[in-house]
Amino acid sequence: MSASPTSATPEELKARIEAGIPGARAEVSGDGHHFSATITAAAFRGLSRIQQHRLVYDVFGEELGSRIHALSLQTRPDDSQ
Amino acid sequence: MSDQGANPMREAIQEAISENRVILFMKGTPDQPMCGFSARTSAILQSLGEPFAAVDVLPDPRIRHELSALSNWPTIPQLFVDGELVGGCDIVTEMYQSGELQEVLGLEAAPVEEAPPTAEPVQTPPLSIENRL
Repeated sequence: MSASPTSATPEELKARIEAGIPGARAEVSGDGHHFSATITAAAFRGLSRIQQHRLVYDVFGEELGSRIHALSLQTRPDDSQ
Repeated sequence: MSDQGANPMREAIQEAISENRVILFMKGTPDQPMCGFSARTSAILQSLGEPFAAVDVLPDPRIRHELSALSNWPTIPQLFVDGELVGGCDIVTEMYQSGELQEVLGLEAAPVEEAPPTAEPVQTPPLSIENRL
């Protein structure tokens, strides 16, 4: 879907995280290879950190480690609802 | 001869996880980490003085492949305690800062304090999974 399949952008990652995890709000920064994301989502509630990160990893699947070289995560359950 | 029914690499990894209470799969070694995330994670463990086994995943790409298949975790490093995946660099860092890591390791959540000079941290030599295929 992306116009440039070879390099990822923070905007693309943000959009895909927010589309892939219902109710998620993501802030993503990065240089095209190494990214850092802070994500708040109600879907994280009651999950361990491992499970929260797996939800995000699942959005990108095989791209992690290849097209997206590294994605540093901070996940927070959204308790506001 | 070229075909083996079992998966010796995955079995070796599983065995290493079972036999070492604290084990870190990383790129490089604690003394010579080859990636910033691996460096940070092993430095945190070393700073806690808790002995841990370390496996370098770089010598054979199959180590990483089989490990991720086993743990359902895509990235390196991966820290296991008592046979359970604790997390990678982000989670270990966060848990270290909150004191949860010390809890998981069974350490006293000691305030920053100088260790008694007699305390000698036990160093375990890095473990390596050899390719015997």
